[in-house]
Amino acid sequence: MAVISYREALNQAMREEMDRDPNVFVMGEEVGHYNGAYKVTQGLLQRFSERRIVDAPIAEMGFAGIGVGAAMVGLRPIIEFMTFNFSLVAIDQIVNNAAKIFQMSGGQYNIPIVFRGPSGPAVQVGSQHSQALESYYAHVPGLKVVMPSTALDAKGLLKSAIRDENPVVFMEGETLYNTTWEVPEPTGGADDLIPIGVADIKREGKDITLIAWSKMVWTCLDAAKVLAEEGIECEVVDPRTLRPLDVPTLVESVKKTGRCVIVEIGWPVAGFGAEVAYQMQRHCMDSLDAPIERVTSDDVPMPYAKNLEDEVQPQVKDVVAAVRRALYLE
Amino acid sequence: MAQILGLPKLSPTMEEGVLVRWTKKEGDKVSPGDLIAEVETDKANMDFNVEDEGVLLKFLVKEGDTVKLGAPVAIIGKAGEDIASLVASAAGGGGGASAAAAPGPAPAAAPAPSGKAAPAPATQKQVPGTRQQATGNGNGNGGAKATTASAGAPPQMGVEDSANAPAAQKNAVSSEQRAAQGKGPIPRAGTPTPQQRPAAQAAPGKLLASPLAKTLAIDLGIDLRTITGSGPGGRIVERDVKQAAEGGGAQPSTGNGHGEPEPTEGHAAEDVGDHQVTQAIAVRHARQIVPEGDGDYEDVPASNMRKRIASRLTEAKRDVPHFYLMRKLDAAPLLGFRQRLNDLLGDRGKVSVNDLIIKAAALALRRVPECNASWQGDSIRRYHRVHIGVAVAIPDGLVTPVIRDADQKGIGSIAAEVKDLAERAKNKQLKGHEITGSTFSVSNLGMFGIERFTAIINPPEGGILAIGGTVDEPVVGKDGAIVAGKRLTVTMSCDHRVIDGALGAKWLQAFGELFEKPESLAL
Repeated sequence: MAVISYREALNQAMREEMDRDPNVFVMGEEVGHYNGAYKVTQGLLQRFSERRIVDAPIAEMGFAGIGVGAAMVGLRPIIEFMTFNFSLVAIDQIVNNAAKIFQMSGGQYNIPIVFRGPSGPAVQVGSQHSQALESYYAHVPGLKVVMPSTALDAKGLLKSAIRDENPVVFMEGETLYNTTWEVPEPTGGADDLIPIGVADIKREGKDITLIAWSKMVWTCLDAAKVLAEEGIECEVVDPRTLRPLDVPTLVESVKKTGRCVIVEIGWPVAGFGAEVAYQMQRHCMDSLDAPIERVTSDDVPMPYAKNLEDEVQPQVKDVVAAVRRALYLE
Repeated sequence: MAQILGLPKLSPTMEEGVLVRWTKKEGDKVSPGDLIAEVETDKANMDFNVEDEGVLLKFLVKEGDTVKLGAPVAIIGKAGEDIASLVASAAGGGGGASAAAAPGPAPAAAPAPSGKAAPAPATQKQVPGTRQQATGNGNGNGGAKATTASAGAPPQMGVEDSANAPAAQKNAVSSEQRAAQGKGPIPRAGTPTPQQRPAAQAAPGKLLASPLAKTLAIDLGIDLRTITGSGPGGRIVERDVKQAAEGGGAQPSTGNGHGEPEPTEGHAAEDVGDHQVTQAIAVRHARQIVPEGDGDYEDVPASNMRKRIASRLTEAKRDVPHFYLMRKLDAAPLLGFRQRLNDLLGDRGKVSVNDLIIKAAALALRRVPECNASWQGDSIRRYHRVHIGVAVAIPDGLVTPVIRDADQKGIGSIAAEVKDLAERAKNKQLKGHEITGSTFSVSNLGMFGIERFTAIINPPEGGILAIGGTVDEPVVGKDGAIVAGKRLTVTMSCDHRVIDGALGAKWLQAFGELFEKPESLAL
């Protein structure tokens, strides 16, 4: 079993799916000759030619729309946004066309499209480039929203997303591209896929459930290590897919531990964690020993200064503090 | 579709009721608003009016049964409908409604008072990994739509401010906001969290416990009232219940020195469903109140009213810091005044000494409005209207019907109202609104030959006036000569949180002036 990077896992997933299905193609800014702004599409142009690896002009609304149209006539586009911050200028195509055409055409046109790219704050790229927008897309019926945290999940879930018959918003962690994980060699069978809508327990524990996705899974795993030194055993549950959300797996964990902290790198107001908190209280009421805690970024546009940038985002110490509150250890 | 009717809340403090009488028969058709039964609550006999249209298919309780709030009492539906499953669910889920055999079921899983049966399933029906193919628009959270809709928009706490604050504002990230976001500095001892503020302390008699603590207490058969909570605001949390289970709370904190709770392993394996919880509560409840006795004594089951009196007065005497002010008043002018009023009234009614005292108390509250007030935890509520509660003894206990705006009513109408309320109180016919909302009370035991006594305040009122009987006694007259006089002693109980000694004395002085110059009551 090879240890590969998250970036390499995504590359492999696209390569394998493009080998498998000639209808799959990639379109986006700098995906071809430049090998991708984050080098996720490295080598794909050479392998699949300009017909299937399409360099688009800086016109997200345009190429997202072309993708939707291509999907309507049977192709399987992978639309890469250089980052999801730029998907905001294409959101009309995603929300009003990709998510709705299947229903509005009475089932005549399904849209097997993947919108993918890095998401979440990176390092000192400014307010407009440091946003976690998953709550925007998770809000929309007709979309699936996938947010892998590891190379293993990234590969298996991207392959599932490409094969999905409906639009998938596939949000990669911008700071996770270099993280590594063991990923099995492809078998060509169903084992290569990770189904959309299934949560994964990243660490088992009995005292408290931490629910997090994408980069925050890593923050929670670090916090769990700190807390383990005090004898507190955290269970870290990664939904991997925000929509559809694997409520039963989350519920099972929270019922087991009786306490829940939800960690997200997005803003607090109407963040996806609020929906998770609602589901947990709805289904775990009699098992909860403490109010459900949320850890989020601060409710401000991202500052540029490094020290402030760190401070605004959820850090290990914030997660540890929330866990201690939920355990009445303050 | 047939549905179960649960016992509705018929008085503000009702927790259970006795179904006194069915006024309809099984098989009767009913429309919204129809009276179907009379229910004895802790306060009075109340009408149970049905809210739905249909046929009363089955009664689930007998006349005389005690029924918990929300527990099934009847099944309503269309004529001829199959109700076997509803009957079974009422018997199972409700734990049996007949109190004669086993005291009533707990309300947890019983249908809501509105009579809607079939609680929502506990877990969402969602098949993880089911991928939406081109045939269905199954995107999203499966059954979440209905549950989300029923919850409505939960109120936002704290974060609203930060959402509205201009983002660029320099101090936008206050510690409050950080706390609201679940981030930032850990509250230290010196910076109380909202839960630790005194205002958030449990209201008297109210028990705070986490849902898990409650579940666990039921499982372990522990009475939460015997446990002191270690959570914010005294909330009982899991570790408190476990400690109590292990040894009455004397257990030192275990292990690694920070007293962390140790969640039960395998807890998730147990299905802590609504139904089980209900059953467990019902069993515990049965254990608590089944009367026992041997030849030397008998235990008389307490009526709802008796239980209510017991808990309310215990709470009042325990939580309200009482002090007492006594004053002996010259009753002769008032007795003369009353005689003149009754002469004028002839056979159109009678005015009692008590009626005049109600009026005098009401006017005294108007003169010293600081006493027409109530302690609210962190503020004093001053009432703008004067509503006098009048303690009335009835065979099984007492009730306190209310004379509203007694300061503005004529003595004659007060007398008539008291007479009507007292009679209906004895027949348990008072409505909920007639026994709530008093701002001050009067209690009179003079007619039983009691010279003076002290009364327990009826919260949230700030005071109560206890009236003794009129006594013939020698008094020193103006010229120093001893003459025969009539004296009546009143004792004011004051809530010291609201009324200080001097303030109470001022009120009693105002009352005394009105009492001894009774003509002023007619002004």
